[in-house]
Amino acid sequence: MKCYIGIDLGSTTTKAVVMDGKGEVLGRGITNSRSNYDTASAVAKQEALIDARLTLVRRALAEEAALAGAAEGVLEGLERNFRLEQFLEQLEDLERTCLANAEHDRHEDLRKAMAEALEEIFGRLRADAEHLYAPGAERKSDFFRDIAGSRYMQRAEEVAREAGLPFDPLLNVYDKSIIEVENRPPAGDIGGKFLRALGRVLAEGGVHADHEAVRAAVERALAVELEEGYVVGTGYGRVRLPFSKEHIRSEILCHGLGAHLMYPGTRTVLDIGGQDTKGIQVDENGIVVNFQMNDRCAAGCGRYLGYIADEMNLGLHELGPLAMQAKKTIRINSTCTVFAGAELRDRLALGERREDILAGLHRAIILRAMSILSRAGGVQNEFTFTGGVAKNEAAVRELRKLVKENYGDVKININPDSIYTGALGAAEFARRAVEA
Amino acid sequence: MSSDTTRIDGKPEVVKEPSMLKQKEMIARNYEALTSAPETGRKVVSTFVPGNLNELVMCFDMLNNLPEINAIQNGLRKKSGAMIMDAEKRGHSEDVCTYVKADIGMMGKGNIAPNGKPLPPPDLLLLSYTGCFTFMKWFELLRHEYKCPTVMLHIPYQGDGRITPEMVKYVVKQLREEVIPAMEKVSGVKFDIDRLREYLRESAKAEDNLVWVLESAKNRPSPIDAYFGGVYYIGPIFTAFRGTKDATEYYEMLRGEIEERLRKGQHPITPEGEMEEERYRLVVEGPPNWTNFREFWKIFYEEGAVVVASTYTKVGGVYDLGFRHDPDKPLESLAEYCLGCYTNRNLPQRVDMLVQYIEEYQADGLLINSIKSCNSFSAGQLMMMREVEKRTGKPAAFIETDLVDPRYFSYANVKNRLESYFQMIDQKRRAAGAAA
Repeated sequence: MKCYIGIDLGSTTTKAVVMDGKGEVLGRGITNSRSNYDTASAVAKQEALIDARLTLVRRALAEEAALAGAAEGVLEGLERNFRLEQFLEQLEDLERTCLANAEHDRHEDLRKAMAEALEEIFGRLRADAEHLYAPGAERKSDFFRDIAGSRYMQRAEEVAREAGLPFDPLLNVYDKSIIEVENRPPAGDIGGKFLRALGRVLAEGGVHADHEAVRAAVERALAVELEEGYVVGTGYGRVRLPFSKEHIRSEILCHGLGAHLMYPGTRTVLDIGGQDTKGIQVDENGIVVNFQMNDRCAAGCGRYLGYIADEMNLGLHELGPLAMQAKKTIRINSTCTVFAGAELRDRLALGERREDILAGLHRAIILRAMSILSRAGGVQNEFTFTGGVAKNEAAVRELRKLVKENYGDVKININPDSIYTGALGAAEFARRAVEA
Repeated sequence: MSSDTTRIDGKPEVVKEPSMLKQKEMIARNYEALTSAPETGRKVVSTFVPGNLNELVMCFDMLNNLPEINAIQNGLRKKSGAMIMDAEKRGHSEDVCTYVKADIGMMGKGNIAPNGKPLPPPDLLLLSYTGCFTFMKWFELLRHEYKCPTVMLHIPYQGDGRITPEMVKYVVKQLREEVIPAMEKVSGVKFDIDRLREYLRESAKAEDNLVWVLESAKNRPSPIDAYFGGVYYIGPIFTAFRGTKDATEYYEMLRGEIEERLRKGQHPITPEGEMEEERYRLVVEGPPNWTNFREFWKIFYEEGAVVVASTYTKVGGVYDLGFRHDPDKPLESLAEYCLGCYTNRNLPQRVDMLVQYIEEYQADGLLINSIKSCNSFSAGQLMMMREVEKRTGKPAAFIETDLVDPRYFSYANVKNRLESYFQMIDQKRRAAGAAA
């Protein structure tokens, strides 16, 4: 099957979308952009292809009436066990890297003891892994670094204590190795991992359907060749992609087209990303007719919220919910990150509640966005809000309020997959480059 | 016709045509005349580009010094940044016109001309144009510094979009009663109207050829870039050479070069040689950025974007709409010249001009380069943009840079917007093609 891929290399996250020849989305993948755009795009793309495989499996299972009832269970198990396979693969890479780094470590006298300790630690980590990915188990993160990191610390401490070894060298070796592992593009063999995962699913015993029929359906889905018809890259990291110029589109066009695909009636798109805010007007075909964006400073962009979160010692995801608990909105005039920090401290010193100040900060961001929108020609019906900040409920609440005040009752769209809007537009550009 | 190449610091060879070399020599000669004025005893008048009265200045054997041009020269040579910082240390705020601050900073550093010698203090400050009110404040500062006579030629703004006989009379009266007597007094030379007629005759010849050159961009491919190349073409006529035999020769030479380019079907010449392909034809409104001029231009020619008409090349006279200096009515034509300059026109006139350019030059759209520190030029630009979009149906875009403050030029932001704009034009074309 010919498929088309869009990759959006954003400043904080990298997103990929895989689409079929008819324009249907097969899969989506996301990862953090890290410091290495090459790896980020390889990871996001592979994640989207994995998701696409699951879509194909779902389709294959749906084709057989007898398997219809088992589909959700199979898919859930398949994804979970696939993640386990991936985790084990990366764990093995981490172990190899740690052993190699321990070899070069300056603690010459410790070399042998370190190697033994590492083998012991990784043995325990492998044993832990099965539990981490067991049915119903809760994982705090999907990123290898987060999962492996906390478990490693725990196990290394135990092993060091038992073997009478210092903990620090074990920690150093890990720190050095995790970056290397993280910046290595993922290994291929998706099919092999899926088959091993399927073996685990069936062995778990939760699938109440003909195992052979399930296996046949999954194998049929895996046999479909996902041929990369065309790839289009977008986002700030787009120049880093190993594509020719024809395969690169600006994120303004991609967001415009992506929003049009999600909501064909949309005429105005607001995208608040990590580094910039864009007001985009599109026509009835999703073609950008005008756009405006913030100038050289990122005032009022996603990074502003990140800065505020740091200032308040909060997680980024906690800001919106806290602001929703506000009883009043404290006036914060500055969208400049640094000035907003000053206003924030001043209000705190005056004894204002954090929730109320946060509500004011969210309002300040949206006020800035409203100014960019008016420069772009205002808000037309329908209006679509995309980008990471669209996930923040307090920002959305302020946006709804201000759009109503300024433009009346305008239909506002916010898609749960809005973070993929740019990648979706890029995938559609890829499809059109070949199919149209 | 042969081209000369000069290598600067190992960067790509800069291609220079004979006319460019001639202009370079003319400018060097003028700076030499200015810096040796204390020895030669010639008087110096400082004035502005829009509405400059070069023919009249020459009638009194005076030398013409243009602080704006000095600022541009310092911008191009990467010297303006430090000068602006110096002016800020002396109490001029960040948002003030950076031409003014570059000039004040230059004074602080001994007023060194590009030839390495100090510019003498002016003997007369001739404020000949008030389309920009900052000019008044600028010369107030200079008057305070130099304590020399200052004369102001007040030019009524074309608020109603036309030049009335009363306006011409009003300006002529000032020329007769204020400007000419002041110049006679400072120079000790008696005014001779026949001498003025002779210079004006020369001006008109050069103006004919300049218009021919600028209009050559109506061809496909355009043999010139009417913005990045255009700023070189307007050099002599907008500065101390209008009315000289040198200028007449320069424009004859330039015309000859362009005729040959046209005959050969050649594209515009860029610092890195001939442009390869004409993919986009643009009309540009607003001055260029001087501190990053090469880098800025490169974004255009690398994408095959050629500017076929610009308004900036009309700030020192709108000749292509028919105006010529006229020896038969010398003072009246000087008055009409001042009244007709681009920035003395009202917004509807400026919109009309842009629309006319887009149509006559078959441009793909309008690009506005809005100058951060120039409210005079920037006021109304977004409104103009919308109006032009509405009337032509062609896409427009908006970027923000500065004249000579390097801190206001954000490469990533400008490039992002320009690439998006070019792709937007592509997308519109494709859609138009599909519809056809």
